[in-house]
Amino acid sequence: MSGLTLMFAAAFGLGALAWWLGRRKALGFVAAPGGDTIGAVHSLPNYHGAFVAVLALLPALLVLAFWGLAGDGIVSREVLAGLPAPSRPAPGLDQAAFLSEVRGLVRGDYAAAFNPVAAEAAKAWAHIEQRYAAVFGLAALAVGLMGALWGWTRLRPDFRARSRVERLVMGVLMLASLVATLTTFGIVLSLIFESLRFFQMVPVTEFLFGTKWSPQTAIRADQVGSSGAFGAVPLFWGTVFIGAIIAMIVAIPLGLMIAIYLTQYAAAGFRKVAKPVLEVLAGVPTVVYGFFAALTVAPAVRDFALSIGISDASSESALAAGMVMGVMIIPFVSSMADDALAAVPASMRDGSLAMGATPSETIRRVLIPAALPGIVGGVLLAVSRAIGETMIVVMAAGLAANLTANPFNSVTTVTAQIVALLTGDQEFDSAKTLSAFALGLVLFLVTLTLNIYALSVVKKYREAYD
Amino acid sequence: MQGRIRRRYVQERIFRGLGMAALALAAGFLVFLLATIIGSGWNSFRATEVRVTVTFDAARLGVAAAAAKADPQLLAKANFQGIMTDAADAQFGRTVRLVSDGAWLTLRDMAQADPSIIGTTQEVWLLTTSHIDQLAKGAFDLTLAEGDRPVTDADVALWKRLDAEGRLRTGLNMLFLTGADSVDPELAGIRGALVGSFLMLIITLAISFPLGVLSAIYLEEFAPKNRWTDIIEVSINNLAAVPSIIFGLLGLAVFLNTLNMPRSAPIVGGLTLALMTFPVIVIASRAAIKAVPPSIRDAALGIGASPVQVVLHHVIPLALPGMLTGTILGMARALGETAPLLMIGMRAFLTSVPEGFTQPATALPVQIFIWSDNVSRGFVEKTSGAIIVLLIFLLLINGLAIYLRNRFEVRW
Repeated sequence: MSGLTLMFAAAFGLGALAWWLGRRKALGFVAAPGGDTIGAVHSLPNYHGAFVAVLALLPALLVLAFWGLAGDGIVSREVLAGLPAPSRPAPGLDQAAFLSEVRGLVRGDYAAAFNPVAAEAAKAWAHIEQRYAAVFGLAALAVGLMGALWGWTRLRPDFRARSRVERLVMGVLMLASLVATLTTFGIVLSLIFESLRFFQMVPVTEFLFGTKWSPQTAIRADQVGSSGAFGAVPLFWGTVFIGAIIAMIVAIPLGLMIAIYLTQYAAAGFRKVAKPVLEVLAGVPTVVYGFFAALTVAPAVRDFALSIGISDASSESALAAGMVMGVMIIPFVSSMADDALAAVPASMRDGSLAMGATPSETIRRVLIPAALPGIVGGVLLAVSRAIGETMIVVMAAGLAANLTANPFNSVTTVTAQIVALLTGDQEFDSAKTLSAFALGLVLFLVTLTLNIYALSVVKKYREAYD
Repeated sequence: MQGRIRRRYVQERIFRGLGMAALALAAGFLVFLLATIIGSGWNSFRATEVRVTVTFDAARLGVAAAAAKADPQLLAKANFQGIMTDAADAQFGRTVRLVSDGAWLTLRDMAQADPSIIGTTQEVWLLTTSHIDQLAKGAFDLTLAEGDRPVTDADVALWKRLDAEGRLRTGLNMLFLTGADSVDPELAGIRGALVGSFLMLIITLAISFPLGVLSAIYLEEFAPKNRWTDIIEVSINNLAAVPSIIFGLLGLAVFLNTLNMPRSAPIVGGLTLALMTFPVIVIASRAAIKAVPPSIRDAALGIGASPVQVVLHHVIPLALPGMLTGTILGMARALGETAPLLMIGMRAFLTSVPEGFTQPATALPVQIFIWSDNVSRGFVEKTSGAIIVLLIFLLLINGLAIYLRNRFEVRW
């Protein structure tokens, strides 16, 4: 890869040279007789330089980028074609494994080849790669020089270099803003594509409504218990139970009361001290919460359950994971409630207080009802965040797919299963691995719907008081 | 009437008390969490060593002092494990493992620094195994019966004897900060994970910062109001709320399976985290751009600057502190993120420090996750120690963001 890096560096060097040449020519226009009167030269010398530099750099970079992206494919095709037919690996998995061994050999990751043919191929690979690198490097240099030359000859005192350069800047800005849309499409497409493959093996209805989850795939067809069960209802229930029920029972009252206390009662000085506490709570990584839940909270919950006579309490309980998740969500709920309360017009509060209501009566009877849509929207956003949370449930909730409402039992969630399915050994066309993408698709759609709905509620509510 | 008023005032006080209690509960939880982590983690920065009399026997080593002086390469292959095991077995018996398996590296370093010690007998402080280490730090409840605790009575007896003889000392554990992962808790360090995290954050920053700032500028300053812009805005707002694990699935499907990038490599982790951080940076940057007063743009336009010049010369410099603050906070979030990295295979067990963007690596939060799976007492301590390091880094990053905000923020 260092060869490619060097070529990119050379391209930028070429660009810098082109910039200097263009700028020098433009400085000549200004120095010419009459060139220093306003309007005689349209653009500043730097824009002329930038124009030439762009014309040199852009084509060169395009060629190099093509080489960087497609080079591997071109070289591997040629290497495979160069092998004698009997030792050529069969297309598909064999070929991919063979090529990855060859690549490893070329990079120097492996000291020796496992497959003698791969050692041969690695030698050929290095040779072919070198040849193509030289071809593409020269091509990039040629187009860069041609672009620079063409741009340089176009420079004139009245040439609108600035407009050209600015148009390019706009194009770059627009492209950058498209990345967000591309990412969204990438997520949707990859999830849908892999899910469709999964649904060819397992019917959608079984996935969405089945109540038995045991994601196994057979190694041999005649194996006992070869057919796995992919009914995801226990996972959906576990996710809702932990994220939307237990966590919210903790987070809503605490978050709401904290927001009320901080906005309505606390003195400004106290607020300054209390706010950072919430910010720290929000900033602690989830893996830390997960470790804490598994190490400290879960055993405590289990001991408590045993002490009140629940004998089947598990060491990985829904309650432990849900409670810690609830604490994690508190800052989120409280800041959403904060915003909602702040958006209520002061006149409503003042009116209520003037009628003789105590502050708490004003809050309960006037402020909260008035802010309710905003608070509900905030809670929905919090739910969407809780059900997408991964590390706490992976570390504290366990992997047993139980359909139970007993909070001391172990349940599993969509996110915990995705992690379990995709870490460790995996083959990319088994139903087991693909089911993770189907779970991801469900998770994505649910959080997306919750977010869009909640944001529209919050927005509508804000507009009502504006 | 008076009674009713009194009742209402009581209710008022109760309500107020509830608010305070809620805040106290949240703060109490935070304090409890930090106290638990620090309480069990600070010991990971200390290590117990035992004084052993080691004979650097040239025959057993397979290298003579003169030969080693002439060619230091020979020491790399010398049998330091052998002389260490001999010494430990002779002085403490074979039944209990006392000296850590990796402690021979200390002997090798000594010999490399001074080959003339070969053939002599030296008093050496060697790292102990995790059991003795934990005993010395008082991690086990010795009142329990032998079967109920992870250490045997033989371990305890040995520890008590050594302690009485003054042959144990507890010092700074440099290995924890300079080593990579290991199967033995006393040899495991976080440097590999730290370097992995650092490499990944470089990629994340290099991609998400320019992209985020450029799209924020476009959306805030130039974008026409039409359906396309709406789609872009909606997707940015939604991406900021998509669960992080979904980004991991995207990385797995696109970077690993479609583009054939190397598994477990910082470059893939960095790209995945960049996609995740980028919407956060866009939102923060847009807020910073919005805060620049329109009068500045009008003034620049009025004296003949083009719209692009207005943005490049005036809006960006004025909005930069806000953009940087948002970026740093996004980086802090990326540093603490675990789930997407698990999806792209960054949970490999690696005993060496990664050296490049395409080599297998792990990240600090993932290392915490890997260690937390291990039930041995030594690893519980290491996990908490790694968490302390992670929290310190997050604190530093956030402190930098707060400093930048206070130092450069201009209120118009």
